[in-house]
Amino acid sequence: MSVALSVRNLSVEFATQAGVARAVNDVSFDLMPGERLGIVGESGSGKTTTALSLLHLVRKPGRIVDGRILIDGINIAKASPEILRRMRAARIALVPQGAMNALNPVLTCGAQFDDLFAAHAVPGGRAQIGSLLESVGLTEDVADLFPHQLSGGMKQRVCIALAIALRPAVIVADEPTSALDVIVQKQVLQTLVRVQRNLGAAIILVGHDMGLMAQFAHRIGVMYAGRLVEIGSARAIFGDPRHPYTRMLIASLPSFGARGVFQGIPGLPPSLLAQAPGCPFTPRCPRAAARCAEEAPETTSFSDGREVRCHFADEARHVA
Amino acid sequence: MQWLGSDTQGRDVLASLLTATPQTLKIGLLAGLIGLGVGGLLGLLAGWFRGVVDAVIRTTCDVMMTIPAIAVLVLVGTSVRTMTVWMMALVVALLSWMVPARAVRAQVLSLRERSWIDMARLNGIGGIRIIFADLLPNLAPYLAANFVIAVSTAMLATVGLEALGLGPQNELTLGMMIYWAQYSGAILRGMWWWWVPPVLALVLIFLALLAISLGMDRIVNVRLRSDL
Amino acid sequence: MGAKFVATSLMKPGMSLELRGAGVTFGGGLVGGPRKEALRPIDLVIAADTPQILAVVGESGSGKTTLTRLLVALVRPSMGRVLWHGRDVWRLDAKEFREYRRSVQAIFQDPFGAYNPVYRVDRMLLLPAIQFGLAVSEEAARPLAERALADVGLRPAETLGRFPHQLSGGQRQRLMVARAMMLKPAVLVADEPVSMVDASLRATILESLWHMRHDTGMSLVYVTHDLATAYQIADRVLVMRNGEVVEHGEASQVIRDPTHSYTRALMAAVPPPDPTIDWGLEKQR
Repeated sequence: MSVALSVRNLSVEFATQAGVARAVNDVSFDLMPGERLGIVGESGSGKTTTALSLLHLVRKPGRIVDGRILIDGINIAKASPEILRRMRAARIALVPQGAMNALNPVLTCGAQFDDLFAAHAVPGGRAQIGSLLESVGLTEDVADLFPHQLSGGMKQRVCIALAIALRPAVIVADEPTSALDVIVQKQVLQTLVRVQRNLGAAIILVGHDMGLMAQFAHRIGVMYAGRLVEIGSARAIFGDPRHPYTRMLIASLPSFGARGVFQGIPGLPPSLLAQAPGCPFTPRCPRAAARCAEEAPETTSFSDGREVRCHFADEARHVA
Repeated sequence: MQWLGSDTQGRDVLASLLTATPQTLKIGLLAGLIGLGVGGLLGLLAGWFRGVVDAVIRTTCDVMMTIPAIAVLVLVGTSVRTMTVWMMALVVALLSWMVPARAVRAQVLSLRERSWIDMARLNGIGGIRIIFADLLPNLAPYLAANFVIAVSTAMLATVGLEALGLGPQNELTLGMMIYWAQYSGAILRGMWWWWVPPVLALVLIFLALLAISLGMDRIVNVRLRSDL
Repeated sequence: MGAKFVATSLMKPGMSLELRGAGVTFGGGLVGGPRKEALRPIDLVIAADTPQILAVVGESGSGKTTLTRLLVALVRPSMGRVLWHGRDVWRLDAKEFREYRRSVQAIFQDPFGAYNPVYRVDRMLLLPAIQFGLAVSEEAARPLAERALADVGLRPAETLGRFPHQLSGGQRQRLMVARAMMLKPAVLVADEPVSMVDASLRATILESLWHMRHDTGMSLVYVTHDLATAYQIADRVLVMRNGEVVEHGEASQVIRDPTHSYTRALMAAVPPPDPTIDWGLEKQR
């Protein structure tokens, strides 16, 4: 089966006053058609930059310095602006974070669809807009409303409808529900799942909520300091996390099982400037050895599709 | 040697220019400061205390804004026996306080809702101290910007009045130079060296004010500072 | 009617912060705009000498933020009273009010707005230290500030001396928590203190807040939309919706076995971090 999206050795740097920061460092993964991949990480992990790179939306002072992003044989990282313009929304679409800012406040929702259709020379029309809105659980008359007349959840659904309007093969959703109340969040995610399945599209969900990822994603990739440190099926990741960071991250999650128990990860994520050689998690890692500070770990692949960037990935699972 | 030539009465244009420019600046600065001071204070009171105080100030402001300033200025100009620099400044200021008042009021209304005002209260700091220590430093960029606008507007208003002949008869300002030039038919006679210099001087003054405004913003707007 | 909720079974003499039939309504009248009941009248007692952690859970518009502002006297009650030691907070004299301010502190939800942009972030720590007599000067206050920063995992060298716009949202929020830890109030009202902080650090900060109850006898009102952390930290829980309390009780009781349909809906909407549990994502709406 051919992949929907293939990322190989992606690296993105930001030129800042204080130096060059490597926000994404040698990230590789594949996305299968119809798959739901979750990319989870904390602030500074590079997850959002990775997501934006997939549509080549990283702007100065950031730029893609290495790697390939392949969709249908076309390398997004090196594509011309014209090709990018045609591919965005038509082959790969974005559902952004903070829908309040993504919709044009002076256009009705219907007009924003018209914009999209016109830009891609597609007929569109009222009937199609109506059916798109219905597919995300909104009524057709939303097309005549302005964004400020809609609630947060409704706006996010309009963004989803815009993203699927041209039937893309890949949808990238960057924390689409983080600004929403938890009940609305579930409804929007249910909509997203339904839409994605009807379309047969693959979806990458970027976020920091592990609970969400556990429920939403088939596969989960964990990022830390710009690197993809672990990737595997959701069940495998939660059942048997093999990277120390993944283990500690899962252990730190509050659950309805334990009260008064707190397991944070001490220390802070490293600065992305002037990165030390070796594994970036070394200062905070309970398993760290001398080797970790000197030598950056390569990716260890397992037969079940799991990949881990740790010198000790082969060790049997032990309680962190 | 008269570097800029002379007018119809043989007076040195350059000398006139050097006398007139400070006078124009004086009027502009005075009017601007008074207008900003009065307007800023009223705006601050209206925005901070709200309620009745705000309603009164706002209504006064809105009503006065509908009065065409030129009409009032002309009226005052014609009814006063001798117009002086001070009087011009006052009249212009009295009709220009409204814009700074509204701008400052809007800013204060927005600023007072910020959480850092709440934090100041949580620290046990009283209202007056909050206004001076927390609010005013944040108002500074708006006051600075409005100062320049106030000064420019005042100068334009005075030049307009003077060109109509309603300016101070006994003191020479840039506007009066233009008036006298026009009165003596300098334009018809092609005596450009009489009215072009004052116009250029005014343009330069406005450009300088713009530069000052940008500079003040740099100092006062913390976000533009690139230290550390 | 208001929900009656008493933190202790007997009202003991000593410090207490109480809401008695207190409610807040915005607008109305000739010039106020549409009338909005932000908080229906509520009775609530926090007796600071029997410290406990109360979680107030609700979504946007639930009134939880209004409740926090009422408790720290940043908004006047439209009806009812806010009482400190049994005295109306809005009628205290200067000295008593200062003592109230010293004893009842808050952490705000908005890490961006809480800092005055023209001052360096040091002021967030140094000013209250001097105001409340913890130190006599900025130099004397500095070691206190540095210790508080360490407690929340911030490095003084990277934090002090900076302006707010130079720090991230998470850093600013942690600094506000540090301020509270430094002041050690009798009652701390924390409105989403860790929402902008990474999960790995969240636990550490919550742990510090939790320990403050044991170490300093502080009572904590923890306002959040996150049921999981509420369960982790709280003794009692208040669930709010549209300005009123819909359920209250022991944390384990309310969360494990909610009675009100809204609480149940909230619980059902929290995604469990376990892929083997069916959350109902694939069901049609």
